[in-house]
Amino acid sequence: MDLEFGSEYDEFTKDVQDFCKEYSNAIISNANDKKFEMHDALSGNSNEKTGKVVNRSEWQRLLIEKGYFARSIPKEYGGYGGEPDIIKSRIIATEFSKNKVPNAMGGQGIDMLVPTLLEWGTEEQKQKYIKSTLHGETIWCQGYSEPNAGSDLANLQTKGELIDGNWVINGQKIWTSTAQFSQMMFCLIRTEPDASKHAGISFILIPMDTPGIEIRPLVDMTLKAGFNEVFFDDVTVPEENLVAKRGEGWSVANSVLGHERGSLANPNATMNRLNTLINLMKEETIDGRRLIDVPSYRDRLLQVQGKVMAVQAHSLRLLSSKINPNQNVKLGGMIQKLVGTELRHELEGLAIDIMGELGTLYEDDPNVRDGGSWQFTYMYFLGLIIGGGTNQIQKNIISERGLGMPREPKVTVEV
Amino acid sequence: MYFGLSEEQEFFQDNVKKFLADNASIDEIRKIASGEGQDLQSEIFQGIINLGINSLLVPEKYGGLGVGLLHAVAISQALGNGVGPIPFSGSYVMAPLAINLGGSEKQKEELLPKIVSNETRFGIGLSEFVGAREDAGLEIKNNKASGRALFVMDAENSDKIILATKAGVLFFIDSKDKNLTASGLTTVDKTRTFQELILDKVDCEILEESAKDIEIVKKVIDAGRIILAADTLGASESMIEKAVAYSKERKQFNRTIGSFQAVKHMCAEMAADLEPCYSLVWQAAHSFDVDSPIESRLLACQAKSHLSEIGKSVSKKATEVHGGMGFTDLLGLHYWFKRIGLNRQILGAPEIVREEAAEIQGFNQ
Repeated sequence: MDLEFGSEYDEFTKDVQDFCKEYSNAIISNANDKKFEMHDALSGNSNEKTGKVVNRSEWQRLLIEKGYFARSIPKEYGGYGGEPDIIKSRIIATEFSKNKVPNAMGGQGIDMLVPTLLEWGTEEQKQKYIKSTLHGETIWCQGYSEPNAGSDLANLQTKGELIDGNWVINGQKIWTSTAQFSQMMFCLIRTEPDASKHAGISFILIPMDTPGIEIRPLVDMTLKAGFNEVFFDDVTVPEENLVAKRGEGWSVANSVLGHERGSLANPNATMNRLNTLINLMKEETIDGRRLIDVPSYRDRLLQVQGKVMAVQAHSLRLLSSKINPNQNVKLGGMIQKLVGTELRHELEGLAIDIMGELGTLYEDDPNVRDGGSWQFTYMYFLGLIIGGGTNQIQKNIISERGLGMPREPKVTVEV
Repeated sequence: MYFGLSEEQEFFQDNVKKFLADNASIDEIRKIASGEGQDLQSEIFQGIINLGINSLLVPEKYGGLGVGLLHAVAISQALGNGVGPIPFSGSYVMAPLAINLGGSEKQKEELLPKIVSNETRFGIGLSEFVGAREDAGLEIKNNKASGRALFVMDAENSDKIILATKAGVLFFIDSKDKNLTASGLTTVDKTRTFQELILDKVDCEILEESAKDIEIVKKVIDAGRIILAADTLGASESMIEKAVAYSKERKQFNRTIGSFQAVKHMCAEMAADLEPCYSLVWQAAHSFDVDSPIESRLLACQAKSHLSEIGKSVSKKATEVHGGMGFTDLLGLHYWFKRIGLNRQILGAPEIVREEAAEIQGFNQ
């Protein structure tokens, strides 16, 4: 066991700390921009707002210039161009979180499309899309799920035909967050109807202003974040918008899905929320008594703290396994989405419980605590328990791939 | 940066696991549990001593291996995994730590080498300091100790026993003292022993440093809690392995039951609950070893209480996956269930330990 990163990182750590001191509790001028609501909820960005005011796109540029974002993405594609160094990434994440420095922009384009293009894209596609995505100029949405392709995603039926050098696309996508703000969509389309289920899918990039696209909002229970349904009626895009080869879409999508699952429940964000909850319990009272002095509330807090500490320690072990390739963490990575989303939902729910009636307040009620973030995040994480591969699907993955248990036999329906 | 057990620690752990697999099968455990396997138990004990578990926490200066608590955690996981029917937490973790932290130089020189040579085996009882039941408690007057101690660990067949006064002063007595009445407690867990002691003016020797600093007894308890958490970790790991293996063999409705989602999801939940526990227990032990007192006490409390909760849930679900067979003595799964159940209660049940964790963080101010 050795939890030191080594003296070669001292100088780097100091640079990051100095930067973080300057921008501690910084406010992003357009933080209430709906586009980024989901990202802010996930990353636990501060709502204390006592520091410097920074503009969202200038902030992004500064973080790239410093190498605190897009660190290992080549300069020619708009990144910082540094060597991949997982310890430096960890130092950045930890110091930012500790000092409540706002994170860089995230979202589907940055988190999923950029790594996909780096791995599978043509030189032309990389030049065209990565830089503008990193700088927040091109916002992307993800077109994967369909009404009949949820947990069984490979059952998707949106059809693409190659006619005179163009893809002509017809069908429907659902659960498309940020579709209304996006310039582009990356999409899974069935282009090979005669191939097997998984081999018939291609990965295609679609400009959202193409004629034939209709976006209908699908309001979710938070009444804030908002999904969409997206309909395609003879939507025509050039042949070169295909990423990788025809029929490789399933492999392309899978190569970055694992990344999304891990990022849904960042342990640093969970620790920040726990600390906010502890402060809340020290400040709020019932019958003149601090909530933290109510034994049953305090015990529940301590139970959640035990889980948060376990998950934090676990993230150190996962980091270690990336630095030391011989270290076997077996199930370690597979459980993150299941454990992380359930824990966050429980933590946010505890805050609501201990506030009693006050816990029901929402939106802009004058008595609402912490900007209504407890109710919002409580509901939002129920969405994440279901989304990104439901937690029941996660349990299938853990039991089949992690524990080697047999797959459920296929049911043949006789009509 | 490396977070995990070292190769050496894993090697030692595997040796203990392998030794138990070869020498303490479920039939042998059952025999020992029924009270008829004393010779067998001595053989197993001697075999494990030959692996060197008694020397782990004795500093090199006194002839021991001088390794840290993390090393002992690795061994404790192996013992929990195989429900090892031998003394460990008390005799070879808490006792050497109590002497090393609480003894004078002279006491260390006298006592620690004898743990290494296996001439002296210590039991230890600190329950009254964690929370006294039935008004139990000990006092020292004129160098004689009197009172009652419950749940004294590893005291059966021991040579000496370390105890604590209500004020947290550590002292030891001779297990054969004529003024000492010792009786075995019948707990659900038959793989380890606990005694009730009644002392009536028993000769005792105070561990001198412990009289000056209350921190010492607390630190010994921290270590004990981490080791019990590690035992639960190992026992839970074993129960999951058994449940998964059974589910791949047992057939109903012409299918292995492991292909039913109801069963798979129970196994996945157990695995997902337990996986972060390795990291928590190891970090607690590491923190103890590098001596960061506040952080390490909080981690010790949280490791103990969190593993108590996860162990309880895993031991229930793993038994259920086995169906009716899980409830029988034929498979002997209950030895793991009971071991986990006992670890939960000893040195503070979860609510008590969490309350301590709250105090450490100043939540009560």
